[in-house]
Amino acid sequence: MSRKELVRILDTCTACGVCIKVCPVAAIRIEGDKAVIGESCTVCGICFNVCPVNAIKLERAETKVLEGYSGVWVFCEQANDTLKTVAFELLSKGRELAEDLREPLSSVIIGKEISKEIQKMSDFSLDKVYLVEDEVLERYSPDLYKNILCELIRRHKPSIVLFGATINGRDLAPRVAAILRTGLTADCTGLTIEDRQLAQTRPAFGGNIMAKIFTRTRPQIATVRPNVFKIEKSPRPGKKEPEVERVNAGEIMGTPQVRSIESVKEVLESAKKIEEAEIIVSAGRGIGRKEELRLIYPLADVLRAAVGGSRAVVDVGWLPHQQQVGQTGKTVAPKLYVAVGISGAIQHLVGMQTSDVIVAINKDSEAPIFKVADVGVVGDLFEIIPPLVEELKKVLEK
Amino acid sequence: MKIVVCIKQVPETANVKIDPKTNTIIREGVSAVLNPFDEFAVEEAMRIKEKFGGDVTIVTMGPAQARDALLKCLAMGADRAIHLCDTALAGSDTLATAYALAQAIKGLSYDLVLCGKQAIDGDTAQVGPELAERLGIPAILGVKKVEVDPDRRTVRTHRETEEGYEVLECNMPALLTAIKGLNEPRLPTLKGIMGARNKEIKLVTALDLGVSKEHLGLEGSATWVSEVFVPQIKHKCMMIRGDDPEAAAKELVNKLIDIGMISR
Repeated sequence: MSRKELVRILDTCTACGVCIKVCPVAAIRIEGDKAVIGESCTVCGICFNVCPVNAIKLERAETKVLEGYSGVWVFCEQANDTLKTVAFELLSKGRELAEDLREPLSSVIIGKEISKEIQKMSDFSLDKVYLVEDEVLERYSPDLYKNILCELIRRHKPSIVLFGATINGRDLAPRVAAILRTGLTADCTGLTIEDRQLAQTRPAFGGNIMAKIFTRTRPQIATVRPNVFKIEKSPRPGKKEPEVERVNAGEIMGTPQVRSIESVKEVLESAKKIEEAEIIVSAGRGIGRKEELRLIYPLADVLRAAVGGSRAVVDVGWLPHQQQVGQTGKTVAPKLYVAVGISGAIQHLVGMQTSDVIVAINKDSEAPIFKVADVGVVGDLFEIIPPLVEELKKVLEK
Repeated sequence: MKIVVCIKQVPETANVKIDPKTNTIIREGVSAVLNPFDEFAVEEAMRIKEKFGGDVTIVTMGPAQARDALLKCLAMGADRAIHLCDTALAGSDTLATAYALAQAIKGLSYDLVLCGKQAIDGDTAQVGPELAERLGIPAILGVKKVEVDPDRRTVRTHRETEEGYEVLECNMPALLTAIKGLNEPRLPTLKGIMGARNKEIKLVTALDLGVSKEHLGLEGSATWVSEVFVPQIKHKCMMIRGDDPEAAAKELVNKLIDIGMISR
């Protein structure tokens, strides 16, 4: 298959050049009265969507949907034998997908003594829980966990498997996908059913572009970031208790190739809270110097907020990576997000735009952050923050 | 120590901007660079080589211009490079990419395979672990410290976790993916840049990989992109002028009270 068969320019091309402007790899040029696709094309498909005369054709390989796969599974991650919040976000979305497909919703939980957590799932109309308990499964082990999941998937053939895009979820899912030779879509921000297939939407090119992706193989596997989907309990009347299948871990988990020597806690208090915080105050390059964080901390203190930062601030070392909000950092959705001196690059916006209320303080009234903000203050942050802290103190500490 | 480093050439996405009128990417001024995460992998490979001896082979899959990224790695000190370059590989998703890379690497003799944690264009962080499964070797993802013990043939790493880090160890050969903080990548020296031109860059085609084309490129990919679009951000923001900072502060606090964010 040569590239010309992958992306083709039809005779209707008017050489308008729109595709040339959008191509992220500069693969298109005009020759004569038509556009020509060059060798550097990566078949990303961006040109296809912008062509005003539909003169670009994308060849697609045929979907090789395998028969016999049915049901939606959620891998519910735990820490210290307690389910993570993202598990319930995925169960909410999983139930919606399962209802669209009229197929059952199941979950897999792996841990040491995790069965007590099953009652927490009763709000999500689960049909089945695969319970895998063993002393050695207390902490995440990539090898043991992947062996268990692959064997369960081979046995029961779910059509869709969802993982939280946590550090461990994004470690585990690609291993499982590769072993099962199936497709995986990372960091999805939208999941729907189209033609009985899973339509997966995710940001690419640093969040500048959204891509809708389908999977030709089964199961269709996706990871979803924490704080992307809301927890919605089942509207069905009456609570339904799921059937629990206890899986004999010893038979299927194999032996670990990677050995854990010790686990070290070192993250700052403020950083730990960022994903769960109800209020976040985030600093951007506009603060100018690391020392000026001293303006940010009193504001965070009075609001009882966690402190986050943009990539610019993390890249220069003013804040640790764990506190970075955005595409290459964390996705957050607090009740209140206060962006201070953040211009609002797309890669930052994709990490915080689902916050309930966004307040932005920036001296540039044209800054993109104001496009997602609910309340914007246009002014010098160094002048505005001190009286803002005083004003908040008056109200909150009265 | 024989080390293979997998790299990718990517558009410099940090500077990508959107044309507000046409809602499309403004590409002008965006250049192709060596994926930043991969620089950490190349640097770590060089440090291991400098400490224990051995050699470093760079592997990439990509169009002809990806050669520039290979040259940078060679200029940093790598010994040779392998370039998988074939239109049959175009349109590969992570599964097909990992498969092609595995086909190219499995015939080599190696102790370690190093990758950047993710490429900044797709941000999937999937090719590293998928490659490890294809090669059938242990993998530790997102490491910020690497200690090699050539005598015991083990590697010990610090892997970033949500609470700090975990010290993990496995036997070699193994695959590791690198994150920021692992090291400070060196800049190529003039001598390195000159020397890179004389180093071998082996071109590998789909035919050389010895596999049928149905496992490669678009056909070998399990996922496909049905459409791409620019995210629409439409919002009405209530603006407060900050000319009088104290008045602006008062107005903001009142607004926050109005919408129930804070209460008296």
